[in-house]
Amino acid sequence: MTDLSLFIVAAMLIPAVGAGLIASSGSRPNVREAYTLVTAALLFGVVFLLVPSVLQGARPATEGFDLLPGLSIQFVIEPLGMIFAMIASTLWIVNSIYSIGYMRENKENKQTIFYTCFAIAIASTMGIAFAGNLFTLFLFYEALTLSTYPLVTHKGNDDAKAGGRMYLGILLSTSVLFLLPAVIATYFIAGTGDFTVGGIIPEGESPYLIAALSILFIYGIGKAAVMPVHRWLPAAMVAPTPVSALLHAVAVVKAGVFSVVKVIVYVFGLDLFSGDATSWVVYAAGFTVLVASIIALGQDNLKRRLAYSTVSQLSYVVLAAAMATPLAIIGAAMHITAHAFGKITLFFAAGSIYTAAHKTEISQLNGIGKRMPFTMAAFTIGALSMIGVPPTAGFLGKWYILSAAMELKDWFVLFVIFVSTLLNTGYFVPIIYRAFFKAENVPPAHEHGEAPWPVVLALSLTALGTLALFIFPEVPLALAKALVGQIL
Amino acid sequence: MLDQLPAIIIAVPLIAAAVCALIRNETVCWLIALVVAFASFVGSATMLGQVQKYGEDISYKLGGWAPPVGIEYKVDLLAGYVLVLVSLIATAVLIYGRQSVKLEIKKNLHGWYYTMYLLCMCGLLGIVITGDAFNAFVFMEISSLSMYTLIALGKDRRAVAAAYQYLIMGTIGATMYIIGVGLLFTITGTLNMADLAMRLVPLLDTPAAISGMAFIIVGLSLKIALFPLHLWLPNAYAFAPSAVTSFLAATATKVSIYLLMRYLYTVFGFGFSIERTPIPEVIMVLSLLAIFAGSFTALFQENIKRMLAYSSVAQIGYITLGIALANATGLTGSLVHIFNHAVMKGALFMLVGGIAMQVGTVRLSDMAGAGKAMPLTMFGFVLGGFSMIGVPGTVGFVSKWYLAMGALENGWWWIVALLMLSSLLVLVYMGRVIEVAFFRERPVDAIPLKEAPKSMIVTAWVFLLACVYLGFDTSFTVGVAEQAVNVLLGGVQ
Repeated sequence: MTDLSLFIVAAMLIPAVGAGLIASSGSRPNVREAYTLVTAALLFGVVFLLVPSVLQGARPATEGFDLLPGLSIQFVIEPLGMIFAMIASTLWIVNSIYSIGYMRENKENKQTIFYTCFAIAIASTMGIAFAGNLFTLFLFYEALTLSTYPLVTHKGNDDAKAGGRMYLGILLSTSVLFLLPAVIATYFIAGTGDFTVGGIIPEGESPYLIAALSILFIYGIGKAAVMPVHRWLPAAMVAPTPVSALLHAVAVVKAGVFSVVKVIVYVFGLDLFSGDATSWVVYAAGFTVLVASIIALGQDNLKRRLAYSTVSQLSYVVLAAAMATPLAIIGAAMHITAHAFGKITLFFAAGSIYTAAHKTEISQLNGIGKRMPFTMAAFTIGALSMIGVPPTAGFLGKWYILSAAMELKDWFVLFVIFVSTLLNTGYFVPIIYRAFFKAENVPPAHEHGEAPWPVVLALSLTALGTLALFIFPEVPLALAKALVGQIL
Repeated sequence: MLDQLPAIIIAVPLIAAAVCALIRNETVCWLIALVVAFASFVGSATMLGQVQKYGEDISYKLGGWAPPVGIEYKVDLLAGYVLVLVSLIATAVLIYGRQSVKLEIKKNLHGWYYTMYLLCMCGLLGIVITGDAFNAFVFMEISSLSMYTLIALGKDRRAVAAAYQYLIMGTIGATMYIIGVGLLFTITGTLNMADLAMRLVPLLDTPAAISGMAFIIVGLSLKIALFPLHLWLPNAYAFAPSAVTSFLAATATKVSIYLLMRYLYTVFGFGFSIERTPIPEVIMVLSLLAIFAGSFTALFQENIKRMLAYSSVAQIGYITLGIALANATGLTGSLVHIFNHAVMKGALFMLVGGIAMQVGTVRLSDMAGAGKAMPLTMFGFVLGGFSMIGVPGTVGFVSKWYLAMGALENGWWWIVALLMLSSLLVLVYMGRVIEVAFFRERPVDAIPLKEAPKSMIVTAWVFLLACVYLGFDTSFTVGVAEQAVNVLLGGVQ
């Protein structure tokens, strides 16, 4: 074991141990939240200590632990996993700050279980990010589903139960019905599941098999929410806002698109995936991008509109990855990063509005910008990033995806991006307009200003992050390029 | 001493049972049973270790009569593996069950309970260890008769009916088995299984051999509770005392499956029973039916013991499916699942025993709010459920992995699809229990709940942790199973 592999183990152990400490802190909220913040900070430190060596081309790995002959648990850090781990560990800190403000102000119950499950979910996320083979990825992918279920059903009422059922039902059934057979089939065909540059599926397999395998993978990774397996995401909106942030930005959906990109790059390999057998993925993703945007237009509930926006944005990543050219893969990786920061800002803002004004519907938001200037300013930045306007992070991802589409002269992709940008504008700009330029038609039920300071601090940080990523994209961009640099 | 182990392992429980019948004091009998069961475990493990170490089977000539005339006790890897399983479960259930036995069985019957328990264990070990077809029948009867008694000890009056039903079906099964053995004896003149295997080779196509085979397989299928011959099982499991259910579910059907494997692969031989008869196809179809019918029925059970019983019908289907796949990988999956299912279903039944004790019933609707009041029990249930679904990191996953790989080797990809679909059914029926326990508030007027006694919780959790541990470290289960498969397939592959 090298020193770096110790860091990998630490990245998973820190949140896991943190979860234990949080659980043991019981009814002492200050202690519990101190544990959360310290754990998050430690994890952040460990993850960022790994970055320089990965940038220099190192691929730290742990020893494999053989579960069965040929089936092992192993962790290897490659650039994409590094990006994902960086996003998750950064946003966990911000999300913890936000959670403290949100959960206390809204007097949510069972907060200890909440923080404990959160930490376990982060530990699983690290496992996904650093998974060195398909089986390890699958193992932690399931762990993430299961550890987030108590979070989704946090409120414990009938709505939460129904939402939780949908969440667990769709995610587990897709992973058991499609992803697991895909994993088994890959091990059977390739004899290994180790993520390898250039892919592991042997040459000369029949195109039907490749097509079937790609169907199993794309729909099996339900967390990527390619239609029609997207329903769990709006259903999970019953959860408290910090959980929505975890689902939409920090971990869950990111784990989905991350896995899709990872499978395309390291299992199929770009050469194989640019063939005809898998060309359907571009169309399925493009369809999702457009349809989800159209559905988002019709939603009045703010969190639901954001949820459909997520479905659409996720398929951007799948679309980019499915084009399977180096430029497109860079675009996919950048878009994962940009969307994480943008979407967490939007959800933080929605939660801030709910906390301060107890409002959930867009039609209630007239003039709210004057009362909550920080929140709505951050919301605007997040929205601009979703649309892809500079100077926000969203522009970068879109730029690379567009360049890739131009290079391929793929008119379908260009059309999808063009129309969806219009649609994004169509469902975000009216909210901003209402908030800042319309007068309050009825005075609110109670006088309110901004949400508690931890909430405002957290959403300001992520909004600044969204801008900062545009100005200083070097590290994620370098990692994204390293990801395809290996392939070229 | 070591040379005599195969005989000791059978004789000691038999004598101890008689001693218990004479003493009949609860504490003393329990202690005797525990010591004997644990000693059997140590003995079994020693024999398995020896076989593994020296690479040759242990053969013991009972009374000094050389086989095929005398009865031979034979321990190879496969037998050793099942012996370890049976004696291990027997020991654990004794530790687990003392409190629930006190509560669920009338006081004056406690001594008899341990007598029957030891007899049953003796019978099950005997079936595994013997190399003699008729002797296997004798042990089968010893284990079955004591099992009927154990089931009938249940507090619920329906237990008697369930025991009776099992008695009728079990006797039919045993009779069919012995008819089959008789037919084989008439044409070969031998009862020793190894000898039978040799002498049958030229006679396999004769009507007597084929009908003997049919009788034996159907008889054993009854004992295994292979769909559609499973009808005795749900009632027996549901109404027997909790400890009995845990023991029965983890061992009795498994031992019969062992015997079936022996006949298919050793006595009749791979070349005949697998390659020249439609047996694999028949077993495959029945296994799939068992998996789906069992799981579907489990979905609608209000009594959670019955629900787990139907789930056992389905799980038996997984094990026999591996037999039907008839390749090394599938058989490994089958053998691994024998062990894995014993561990996870044993744990679940133990937890249900605790629920029965605290809640007073095993009806699902009475379990509202149990998640909060009995967290160790209900989280255990969640973990056991994960294993039943086959979540990676638990033993359930390992079994399914091998079965799926085995199916792919045969090119039967659709079996993989069905396997996955069946996991979803498990998710639904286990999920129902978890939802009621965690999301439904306990009615205000209901009796307050507390955790089951420590001895029950601890044993159940040892098994649950074993589910996780064996899900990661597969060197024992898979290691031994793979070698045991070589024994079964012999020179075939």
